[in-house]
Amino acid sequence: MYSEKVMDHFRNPRNVGEIENADGIGEVGNPKCGDIMKVYIKVNDDVIEDIKFKTFGCASAIASSSMATEMVKGKKVRDAWELTNRAVAEALDGLPPVKMHCSLLAEGAIHSAINDYRNRNGLEPWEEDKVHKAVMEEHAH
Amino acid sequence: MKGREYVMTRKVYMDNAATTYTSPEVLEEMLPYFSESFGNPSSIYSFSERNKKALSKARQQVANALNADPDEIFFTSGGTESDNWALKGIAFSHNGKGNHIITTRIEHHAILHSADFLEKNGFDVTYIGVDDKGRIDLSELERSIKDKTILVSVMFANNEVGTIQPIREIGSLCRERGVVFHTDAVQAMGHVPIDVREMNIDLLSLSAHKFHGPKGVGALFIRKGLRIENLMHGGGQEKGRRASTENVPGIVGLGKALEISCSKLPEEHLRLSSIRDRLINGIKDAVPHVKLNGADGAERLPNNINFSFIGVEGETLLFDLDGAGISASTGSACSSGSLEPSHVLMSLGMDHAMAHGSLRLSMGESTSEEDVDYVLEVLPEIVRKRREMSPLWEDYLKKLEEVK
Repeated sequence: MYSEKVMDHFRNPRNVGEIENADGIGEVGNPKCGDIMKVYIKVNDDVIEDIKFKTFGCASAIASSSMATEMVKGKKVRDAWELTNRAVAEALDGLPPVKMHCSLLAEGAIHSAINDYRNRNGLEPWEEDKVHKAVMEEHAH
Repeated sequence: MKGREYVMTRKVYMDNAATTYTSPEVLEEMLPYFSESFGNPSSIYSFSERNKKALSKARQQVANALNADPDEIFFTSGGTESDNWALKGIAFSHNGKGNHIITTRIEHHAILHSADFLEKNGFDVTYIGVDDKGRIDLSELERSIKDKTILVSVMFANNEVGTIQPIREIGSLCRERGVVFHTDAVQAMGHVPIDVREMNIDLLSLSAHKFHGPKGVGALFIRKGLRIENLMHGGGQEKGRRASTENVPGIVGLGKALEISCSKLPEEHLRLSSIRDRLINGIKDAVPHVKLNGADGAERLPNNINFSFIGVEGETLLFDLDGAGISASTGSACSSGSLEPSHVLMSLGMDHAMAHGSLRLSMGESTSEEDVDYVLEVLPEIVRKRREMSPLWEDYLKKLEEVK
């Protein structure tokens, strides 16, 4: 059902945990849909220096969380923002069509952490694109 | 979560409610009817004689298991067909009397989707709710029966949570009120004693692959004298009531499997109930904050366990258990591809998070005490690790603190 990469990131998820004194925290999803992801970021010199997550959800939600955090770690904040769920799914060698929404969770949680960071630093939050917004509203926390 | 990788030394199959293996004795009984004695039982030459005899032997075996008459047993392609036939067949043969059907919210989809179909075709369906253990309320059933009620269909035991309904009481109520009573006994057959006479059952569905028979074969018990419309139209097989060339090897296997499971039933019931309770208590002792879904003791199938683990999602549990060689099942939405978790768990009044965190372990004749030990060794650690990385669990613990 899942690729080997999905199973690897599911069984040995990277970047699990919390960051004390995080610069930004984001949480999306709700128990009704069966998935919740919480992301902590540490930002230094406009670079995501560290990132940790906690996820309640199915195997693809956990694998997407793990892969997405790997992909944005060390990136400039704006580049991290540009990470799409499609790129996460591709990096995992694909997800079954019914599970694509699980990869949106990771994208959404990272966005929410980045905007939290921007808010804390007196910066204007960035706008989600329309499609993404509509999907995330369905999953509103 | 770099953890110890479980070495797959052991394979534990705990999904017997989904299907069982065909037992070797059953397979052996079936084999001659594939290539050797392959004749069509409808043919008149002597070559088919053995097959005709095999069919009547199997019919007798099923009748014995139910305390029915062989004339009341009709072979089908499985539980789904039997359920479809019972509902649609009674609806379209009794629509002169009325158009009202009563069933429950926790039935299998074979019943619920047949009921949907009937609703689209002019029938009224009442869905009775259940309490938090999955039991229907007899007085609600009684109040729901109207002059126009033609059929009551209540499953014998639930496939997800294992709750056994008060079938005898429902049977006598229906008999008293002159309403046909059907029960889907797919999960119960071979696990609990069933007597269609004593329980006043008019129609009963069963499926061979749930008690170590082959897949693709089942039966519908139809009480003698009951009018029922056909579902399958074609040839004159099964006394003109169910067309299609008989699946002789399958039917032979069904008969044999049922004979074996009924002969072992009293001891297996005791053995499995005791294993079940040991596993239930073991999980409760080893994992904090769990909830057993369904009823206790004699109100529960001896082979069914269903737990919700707060803060852990069901599909996650299945994959982790699979990695350790354990096959199980969940009512979580994520495993089914829909967004809604199991209708059964939601009908028990469970919230979404709990329903998403459910795990069903269903045991069978091959389940040993060692299997239980192994599950108890592996499962608590899996739940602990997944909770550690769950924001839902974190919230739950925080709420507990606040209450204190």
